[in-house]
Amino acid sequence: MSQWLDDAVLRAEQVDDWLAVKRQPSLQLLRDSQWPGRKTEAWKYTPLNTLAEAKFAAANSEQVPEVAAIDGLETIDLVFVDGQLTSEETTDLPSGLQIQSIANASAEMQSWALANFNQAKPERHLFGLVNDALATAGVLIDVADAAVIDKPVRIVSRLSDGSEAHTRVLVRIGAGAKATVIEDFSGSANSFNTGFAEYLLAAGARLEHYRFALQTGKAMVIGGCHFNLLSKAELNSTVVGFGSDLSRLDIDVNHCGEFSHAKLNAIYLLDGHELFDLHSTIEHTVPNGTTVENVSGIVADHARAVFNGRIHIHRNAQKTLAELNNRNLLLSRNAEINTKPELEIYADDVRCAHGATVAEIDKGALYYLQSRGISRGQAQVMLSFGFINELVDQMPNVELAEWLRPQLRQRFAEMEVK
Amino acid sequence: MLSIKNLQASVEDKQILKGLSLEVKPGEVHAIMGPNGSGKSTMGYVITGRDGYQSITGSATLNGEELLDMDAEDRARAGLFLAFQYPVEIPGVSNMEFMKASVDAQRKARGEEALSSREFLQEAKAACKQVDLPLEFLKRGVNEGFSGGEKKRNEIMQMLLLKPKLCILDESDSGLDIDALQVVAEGVNSQRSADRSFIVVTHYQRLLDFIKPDFVHVLSDGKIVKSGDASLAHELEAHGYGWLGEEQKV
Repeated sequence: MSQWLDDAVLRAEQVDDWLAVKRQPSLQLLRDSQWPGRKTEAWKYTPLNTLAEAKFAAANSEQVPEVAAIDGLETIDLVFVDGQLTSEETTDLPSGLQIQSIANASAEMQSWALANFNQAKPERHLFGLVNDALATAGVLIDVADAAVIDKPVRIVSRLSDGSEAHTRVLVRIGAGAKATVIEDFSGSANSFNTGFAEYLLAAGARLEHYRFALQTGKAMVIGGCHFNLLSKAELNSTVVGFGSDLSRLDIDVNHCGEFSHAKLNAIYLLDGHELFDLHSTIEHTVPNGTTVENVSGIVADHARAVFNGRIHIHRNAQKTLAELNNRNLLLSRNAEINTKPELEIYADDVRCAHGATVAEIDKGALYYLQSRGISRGQAQVMLSFGFINELVDQMPNVELAEWLRPQLRQRFAEMEVK
Repeated sequence: MLSIKNLQASVEDKQILKGLSLEVKPGEVHAIMGPNGSGKSTMGYVITGRDGYQSITGSATLNGEELLDMDAEDRARAGLFLAFQYPVEIPGVSNMEFMKASVDAQRKARGEEALSSREFLQEAKAACKQVDLPLEFLKRGVNEGFSGGEKKRNEIMQMLLLKPKLCILDESDSGLDIDALQVVAEGVNSQRSADRSFIVVTHYQRLLDFIKPDFVHVLSDGKIVKSGDASLAHELEAHGYGWLGEEQKV
């Protein structure tokens, strides 16, 4: 069905490292998997035919430009080029923070990773299985109980023309600890990569998380961020997506302990013939969890956005509070959004709200701006950008927001021109 | 300054203004009072050009220029300003960005050079200080999460920055406690001058104790039914609007 997948399975059979015991079951599932087609619900709006027969063989890693620092923000950088960890091991990490590569993991980290691998990521993600089997490059990050790590850890992935890469991230935030992780993907080289990350938040842990899925052009990318939240854990996550020939991100949040809280914001800005597909699944399995998810996107030209937001409240998950909102602004007649909020509720004492809108600019706001002398055209631009900037404003890291905003503004300006 | 003649206007095919006439000379303050539904807010919207507030006949000129033919933004650039009764919240657009764009657009229309960011910031800070708004409100989304009183003060802050020729204050006193009311009134009074005029729309005499009007008009069923000096407001406060109808019948 797919030459690419057949090749991937053959390559996976050659992989042999300490994670093999975890890779084998996924490989077996992969062998039994069907290549998704139009009738596969999870891929209905995201065709995989470009990938199906693709071959990647000629990586040219020297082409990849140096990774620029984020102005005004000191970060601990872990850089992957064509799926290889190229940054030097940092020796002066803050106390309470451990970072090891999968390739050089200590025996102690190995046994911890073996116990926690695939705890948060569900096995239904086909490309998650690919990643399980093939990702020999990756990092293991451990934040000790009660440690507060102020410096964000920034995991950067860049690819060169013709390359294929699979990277894996496994993070544990200890009880009562606090940390920030930025996953930063960008570039437009003709390439394919899968990048999956799992986050285990112990009781009372707090994670500030960013996933910048900013690949464009011919850079095909399929990835995931998967979170397990134990009691009173707090997740604040911001996803920013540009589109490419194929760009798909799956988010899973599993409320495993009571009184855990997840705030998820996602933004997408799509142009040309780009595609961006965001699937999020929130599992409330225990009582008293809260989820607030806001997804806002602007789609221009012939671009297409897919959003599938599922909230599953199990029978036992009483007193859950969950809100999901997807708002879209289409800038052209040919732009498309396929949005589907899915609420599945089995508990009877919960507060839940969901909605999806394809909005026009608010007329009252337009008049308000015009009544101060701003032209209708400029007012429309300000309000459209404001539509997503609202979520940028909510990013807890101000320096990061200041770094991101001009990039979004520039992209938006290019979208407006057409 | 502002000359409204026989203005008739409708909202969603319902006629609200039924022949409103009003002359406002430079430097004057006119108060407009009247019962709910008499057309006070509609007047402000029709003159400033809100979509859906359609004039049927009549005219409204500002310094000789016909306003009713202009787009909303051009009316503002001509010197018209409406302080909204219910200012809109616009998350994602900061107050600062909003006001900079407004001031820039108005200066450009007048053929003046744009203010540098620094010059603008100085003026914006001074305006905030004058109406007692913390500076962080400049960074926040326009009116986002502001209390009722903060929204009203933000309107006056905008007025201070834009320096319009004719200001319409649409119930700028509603929902304000006495301290906030004084702040708003002082902001307005500081802007009174020989070449700037005000129309103060209000339900209550209270605001007029702080902003002393030259004239008071009563709007009822879409037109002005009685005009007088400041003492008229006291009569209305004491007796309500009912006696006006009877007097008219007589």
